[in-house]
Amino acid sequence: MNFYRSHVLVCSGTGCTSSGSAEIIERMEEELKKQGLENEVKVVRTGCFGLCEAGPIMVIYPEGAFYSHVQPADVPEIVSEHLLKGRLVDRLIHRDEKTQEFEISLNQVEFYKKQVRVALRNCGVIDPENIDEYIAFDGYKALGTCLTEKTPQEVIDIVSKSGLRGRGGGGFPTGKKWKFGAAAKGDKKYIVCNADEGDPGAFMDRSVLEGDPHSVIEAMAIAAYAIGSDMGYIYVRAEYPIAVKRLNIAIEQAREYGLLGQKIFGSTFNFDLEVRLGAGAFVCGEETALLESIEGRRGEPRPKPPFPANRGLFGRPTVINNVETFANIPPIILNGPEWFAAMGTEKSKGTKVFALGGKINNTGLVEIPMGTTLREIIFDIGGGIPGGKKFKAAQTGGPSGGCIPADMLDVPIDYDSLTAIGSMMGSGGLIVMDEDNCMVDVAKFFLDFTVDESCGKCPPCRIGTKRMLEILKRITAGEGQEGDIEKLVELGENIKAGALCGLGKTAPNPVLSTIKYFRDEYDAHIREKRCPAGYCQSLLSYEIIPEKCVGCSMCARACPVEAISGQLKKPYTIDKEKCIKCGACLDKCKFGAIKR
Amino acid sequence: MKSLAELEKIRNNALKKVDLRTRQFEKKVVVGMATCGIAAGARPVLTAFLEEVARRRLSDVVVGQTGCIGVCRLEPLVEVYMPGQEKVTYVKVKPEMVKRIVSDHLVNGKPVLEYTIGYAENKENKGKS
Repeated sequence: MNFYRSHVLVCSGTGCTSSGSAEIIERMEEELKKQGLENEVKVVRTGCFGLCEAGPIMVIYPEGAFYSHVQPADVPEIVSEHLLKGRLVDRLIHRDEKTQEFEISLNQVEFYKKQVRVALRNCGVIDPENIDEYIAFDGYKALGTCLTEKTPQEVIDIVSKSGLRGRGGGGFPTGKKWKFGAAAKGDKKYIVCNADEGDPGAFMDRSVLEGDPHSVIEAMAIAAYAIGSDMGYIYVRAEYPIAVKRLNIAIEQAREYGLLGQKIFGSTFNFDLEVRLGAGAFVCGEETALLESIEGRRGEPRPKPPFPANRGLFGRPTVINNVETFANIPPIILNGPEWFAAMGTEKSKGTKVFALGGKINNTGLVEIPMGTTLREIIFDIGGGIPGGKKFKAAQTGGPSGGCIPADMLDVPIDYDSLTAIGSMMGSGGLIVMDEDNCMVDVAKFFLDFTVDESCGKCPPCRIGTKRMLEILKRITAGEGQEGDIEKLVELGENIKAGALCGLGKTAPNPVLSTIKYFRDEYDAHIREKRCPAGYCQSLLSYEIIPEKCVGCSMCARACPVEAISGQLKKPYTIDKEKCIKCGACLDKCKFGAIKR
Repeated sequence: MKSLAELEKIRNNALKKVDLRTRQFEKKVVVGMATCGIAAGARPVLTAFLEEVARRRLSDVVVGQTGCIGVCRLEPLVEVYMPGQEKVTYVKVKPEMVKRIVSDHLVNGKPVLEYTIGYAENKENKGKS
């Protein structure tokens, strides 16, 4: 066995891979060979560290040095300076956005300080393609303990007592779901993992699958033992190629070790797993549509009841849990339900992973205890809003969720508080919007998404959302009419009441919540034909303020359609008939003479 | 997988490969690997430490490098940190001295006095007077 004196961890999650981490790993291995260090320094491909904004990320142990924005060209310097001579490469060490201070070690970074990583515990720590590393961090011990020391009923009791609720969005108590599954009668039962993460901007589940696939496999086996199942499916979207690859590798390794298969841990328990790929339909994230899809049919939701726990996959009792829910199970078994229930709020226990996106400095993944406020997430962990702009709203729950305005930043986040303010937890997408975002346009964006993704089975969703979108398009085009807002609200309420599945029932939320908190923006669009955020193009008009214009002609030269004319050293004018509202003149003017 | 004991065995083996990332090591060997150190032959010394630590399967020792400590004339320099002890600095270390430093100091907790900086300095001063 080689004694590695140093481990170089390079993020191989999707975020860092797309910013070039694969090439960095290649260069690193080449360079280590060149310098004769390949037997002393080990290169480890890990899952996502969470701070995707700063990628590609590299962490070098034993120092725990945290390098960010690493480029392939930096590799020789890292090898010869850090790995050979033991000198940190200062210019690559991650710095705090605000203080510009060095943050040599991962644990010092503000981004990680307030986080509690349970579901993400192994992401960025282990090599996800190596089962031994998972085992080293207590992997499969929870499964072993359950199979050798606990009855299925005891396992269900532990999960119930922990207070864990479904992380896919609904927030249904996991213990209860397992109890129903265990009580259901059937010659065969199934465990299904819902990894069809489809919300725009959400990538929590992807990171868990990429960074710690074994934790999901282990938890599925535990669930199977608890309800008396021997077969499981992981339904993962085909758009996650790295996750699919690592899952398949992990399943292979688990089979080799006898952690999947027959008589696991010398017990009578048998369990095996298969991966099923989704073809990119958002509705397949809805559990009954997902089951249809696994069965080989078109992904359309089924009416409930019967619930999947009684009649699910192939008509058999089935327990479906989300990836993040599963990832929480092994630590709950190992540390006890009290440990888990000690985190969070009264009705929402544990932690939740959020994908931070939009107008925020630290885009990436964070895991925080339930009950943390939005202000802490956005301003402390997320590093605030770029360019010193003003916070306007945060959108949670994706196309099913709603917008949270600035005066609710201090609401502690959990399932119930978010529902109470008209949004929802959802799967964990958190999109931050600043003063430049038009809320009507945001509502239009999400509705556009649901209209596209509606499967068309039930009319409220198929026709209702379409009509709502038409109204929103009219409003943003400057053709809004009195009564449009009321019509949107009425349509929205009816769709919520009448749609067949979760997709339709929640589709109006982005519209309803923006009307609730930002009605003045809707009014401005409809009555004054004005977009307060200056975003909706058809409502913009550009003008030159004659007192400020010095007649330098910069704007006229920037205009692509020659809509600006005038004489040098005299104020210019914009021909509104010709103007295409591209904003090029505004960007060029050095004197602030152009008004939007 | 037959039993929890079997899992534990795999875990213990695997732990040795990853604990560099999780543990705070109490025993530390640091080799001066600045230009002066490398020129004086620090690289074979570092390799010798790695080999010796691996051969003896010392899982509680971490081997690292550092930059120039300032006394370039005494390179290659090696510093050894042990729990509860003052840091010990060895000077003009050669690969053949490594075995003794590992066995006496890292394993048995007794610094090899005649390799230390104090001993060397003393001898030099005596030679001058």
